[in-house]
Amino acid sequence: MMSKTMIAVLLASSVLGSAGAAYAEDVTLNIESWRNDDLPIWNEKLIPAFEKSHPGIKLKFNPSAPTEYDAALGAKLDANSAGDIITCRPFDKSLALFQKGQLASLNDLPGIDKFSPVAKSAWETDDGKTTFCVPVASVIHGFIYNKEAFDKLGLKVPQTEDEFFAVLDAIKKDGTYIPMAMGTKDLWEAATMGYQNIGPNYWKGEEGRKALIAGKEKLTDPEWVDPFKTLARWKDYLGDGFEAQSYPDSQNMFTLGRAAIYPAGSWEISGFNTQAQFKMGAFPPPVKKAGDTCYISDHTDLGIGMNAKSAHPKEAKAFLEWVASPEFAEIYANALPGFFSLNSTPVKMTDPLAQEFVSWRDKCKSTIRSTYQILSRGTPNLENETWVESANVINGTDTPEQAGEKLQKGLDSWYKPAK
Amino acid sequence: MTNTPAKSRPVRWHIAVFLMPAVLIYTAVMILPLFGTMQLSLFRVENNLSTFVGLDNFRTLFGDPNWSVNFWNALRNNVWFFIVHMVVQNPIGVVLAALLSHPKLRFSTFYRTAIFIPTILSFVIVGFAWKLILSPLWGIAPNMLDAVGLKSLFAPWLGQEQYALTTLSLISVWQFIGIPMMLIYAALLSIPDEIIEAAECDGITGVAQFWKIKLPLILPSIGIISILTFVGNFNAFDLIYTTQGALAGPNYSTDILGTFMFRTFFGFQLQVGDRNMGATVASVMFFIILAGVCLYLFGIQRRLRRYQF
Amino acid sequence: MSRATSSLSRSIAAHAILIAYTVIALFPVVVIVINSFKSRNAIFRAPLQIPTQETFSLIGYKTVIEQGNFFIYFQNSLIVTVVSIALVLVFGAMAAFALSEYRFRGNTLMGLYLALGIMIPIRLGTVSILELMVASGLVDTLTALILVYTAQGLPLAVFILSEFMKQVSDDLKNAGRIDGLSEYRIFFRLVLPLVRPAMATVAVFTMIPIWNDLWFPLILAPSEATKTVTLGAQMFIGQYVTNWNAVLAALSLAILPVLVLYFFFSRQLIRGITAGAVK
Repeated sequence: MMSKTMIAVLLASSVLGSAGAAYAEDVTLNIESWRNDDLPIWNEKLIPAFEKSHPGIKLKFNPSAPTEYDAALGAKLDANSAGDIITCRPFDKSLALFQKGQLASLNDLPGIDKFSPVAKSAWETDDGKTTFCVPVASVIHGFIYNKEAFDKLGLKVPQTEDEFFAVLDAIKKDGTYIPMAMGTKDLWEAATMGYQNIGPNYWKGEEGRKALIAGKEKLTDPEWVDPFKTLARWKDYLGDGFEAQSYPDSQNMFTLGRAAIYPAGSWEISGFNTQAQFKMGAFPPPVKKAGDTCYISDHTDLGIGMNAKSAHPKEAKAFLEWVASPEFAEIYANALPGFFSLNSTPVKMTDPLAQEFVSWRDKCKSTIRSTYQILSRGTPNLENETWVESANVINGTDTPEQAGEKLQKGLDSWYKPAK
Repeated sequence: MTNTPAKSRPVRWHIAVFLMPAVLIYTAVMILPLFGTMQLSLFRVENNLSTFVGLDNFRTLFGDPNWSVNFWNALRNNVWFFIVHMVVQNPIGVVLAALLSHPKLRFSTFYRTAIFIPTILSFVIVGFAWKLILSPLWGIAPNMLDAVGLKSLFAPWLGQEQYALTTLSLISVWQFIGIPMMLIYAALLSIPDEIIEAAECDGITGVAQFWKIKLPLILPSIGIISILTFVGNFNAFDLIYTTQGALAGPNYSTDILGTFMFRTFFGFQLQVGDRNMGATVASVMFFIILAGVCLYLFGIQRRLRRYQF
Repeated sequence: MSRATSSLSRSIAAHAILIAYTVIALFPVVVIVINSFKSRNAIFRAPLQIPTQETFSLIGYKTVIEQGNFFIYFQNSLIVTVVSIALVLVFGAMAAFALSEYRFRGNTLMGLYLALGIMIPIRLGTVSILELMVASGLVDTLTALILVYTAQGLPLAVFILSEFMKQVSDDLKNAGRIDGLSEYRIFFRLVLPLVRPAMATVAVFTMIPIWNDLWFPLILAPSEATKTVTLGAQMFIGQYVTNWNAVLAALSLAILPVLVLYFFFSRQLIRGITAGAVK
């Protein structure tokens, strides 16, 4: 009897499964993404807009949790069961997929030539000849602050580093607010919102980043160690037990109004807008001395490409062409304030906080995160080590100098700059 | 084992029939794929070409300090993870089972279910619950310690190198204690009443009865539990991954073989997954576990006396 | 008389220990459940507080229900779990019986072979498994998951069950043989009922990793029609903003069916033991 029921259930389940896999007559393109957060935006705005202008092509947005995305996508691509459209991580992750023949070249895609070289740099081969993803969005680093707290304590937005620490001291002395909401438990906060946020002002943005790749500068040089030194000073202004404070903890700490300043990425804007019950403002990373050129991390973060083995290459290209259009850019940037369009046509944004962030592009020089291009190709991985060392420096387990030495030693063990 | 059917029947088809379904599914869906992965450890990909490199990957893993430091660190942490389980989880599990198996105990179903509930939970929930409880910000653990006047004992354990791993081991113990408890409980219940009654006639009761009569009888079960704990701990991954992330911070202090292998095999953030080195780590893990299991099967299990009831 | 008081104090001590441990076991679970009924701000503002009129919110559950397909996800999880357990138990017990009952060439080797699987996480074979499922057209079917979970559960089942089957009395089996029962009947009629407690234990062990697995549903069956509850709950975990209300609600809901299954098996376990014929 047992076995009969079993067979029945087995059959039932396979019938159910195949029913699920049945196709309508339209071509359906499956989109792989790590942006669970964007599911409503795709379903409510982007997909209807696309399907309206492209009858016969249906879209399905299938995001997975960001922590599993890369591993799952890799396995699916290897076994040929991945979706037609792939959301691309910047730089080497996607480059590796392209080199394995899993992402298609988009050189002949109409509209791809309209993107700036900086925008394309995250998704092209080292020689710059082939582009394999349409650049979609970048994120900008800076600090978001609680305006009410600043008003109450009579504080002004700091321009220089000295002013910045003076503000922190004043908040600490008053005691109502925790000066800064950041923890080191998840490591990446320390590296991304800390080191990569304030660092460009020290290593002079692109200049330093390129010098590092060329081997002309070392991570033990003052330009690269000094941001660690500043980071080490942050320790006194973080909340109690920041060593065990995770990223959501920091977000909640700030949006619940317990902390005054939040070292941020622009992606926080939409979440903070809905959660925080107070007015917020933003300022770019403070410079050393008044009048210094300021540099910001304006990091290419997300692109969209095409599975080279897609069964519907024509339709996939049609979709990507649309992704490269101003129409897509406008919907995307406004639905997700804080993910700034990489399209060369300027996009009008309505969110004031997003406008503030994007206005820094005019007065400061933009750069991308220093570890992303080329330098994280080997073992040990420079990006991972930067996470660990940034946290170590703030925790006080390593001095800034030790951190610089460890990172440079790891890099030297596999990276030989081109002469 | 002592009893085999007569040798007059040359082909005993029923043995094949009994083994067939399990062996088929297991071989096709598990062994062959795993074998496919393991053999990757003997290859290396260069310029999109896979070349046979013999044991070179193993040499890299043990010889190249960029790999070996991480590997030994993960192994050390894993051993500690296992020790905590053996010292805390299994004795407590046995004690709970012994208490629960007392025939006159009331509410035993309730206790048994309640203690087993953590084992049912998914890692996402376990990770979230304990992060929330232990967080210095939201005040559950600090306030509770404060209430008993021990606030000074509180520290951000999950963020400190010296405590994080032990804390996670204890969380894992909390989660999985139901398993040794259930196995021992089942073993204790299947001890025949006659043996217990005979012991009681001889005046052996209570704690003495447990030590002298029951414990020797459940030793085989304790053996199984130990080996299951060993295997489970050296394959552990999810809890660390969900609470500390793939980099197993702070400063790799909670990195165990499972997280190290996953990071290597599938990659993480900018780190591109290295199937060959990942498979190498996995093979080493496999040999460690195999060694442990063989030690148990041939060294320990044979010395345990088995009783047939 | 002294014996009575000592037994009374002993039972008080036993209850004290058990209650203490029950509190430890349940406290985090209670924290989760009460917080799943609160608004997001309240979760972090006062995580220990039970929901008050002000903080009570069903927003998490509402999000989960509105997501629409949760009922299907539950059904999928249930089908996959129950069928896999059944296959693991039957096939595992058969193999365990063959290994523990008969002496044949290659017995030890076969035992070791079947035990290999508990030593390597099956996750490692992902790519090959996925290729296999693509080739056989089983991607996005529950069958794919069932096959993987059956294979994954078998080694442990064989390992535990053969351990228990060695304890079944030979006299009983031999009596059966003298009565002319076939080996199959001896297995199904005599041995299986005796190892019921062990089977229940194996069922519980097999069930938990299947129910909570996220990896294989994500890889093998991510479509709407085949999604499992755990994968469904994962939908609320985002890159930067995680909807904790929905995650907690979905996962709290997901506990219930496993709890029911557990109740079922643990009753089996007790009944199996008390009704055992050999005692």
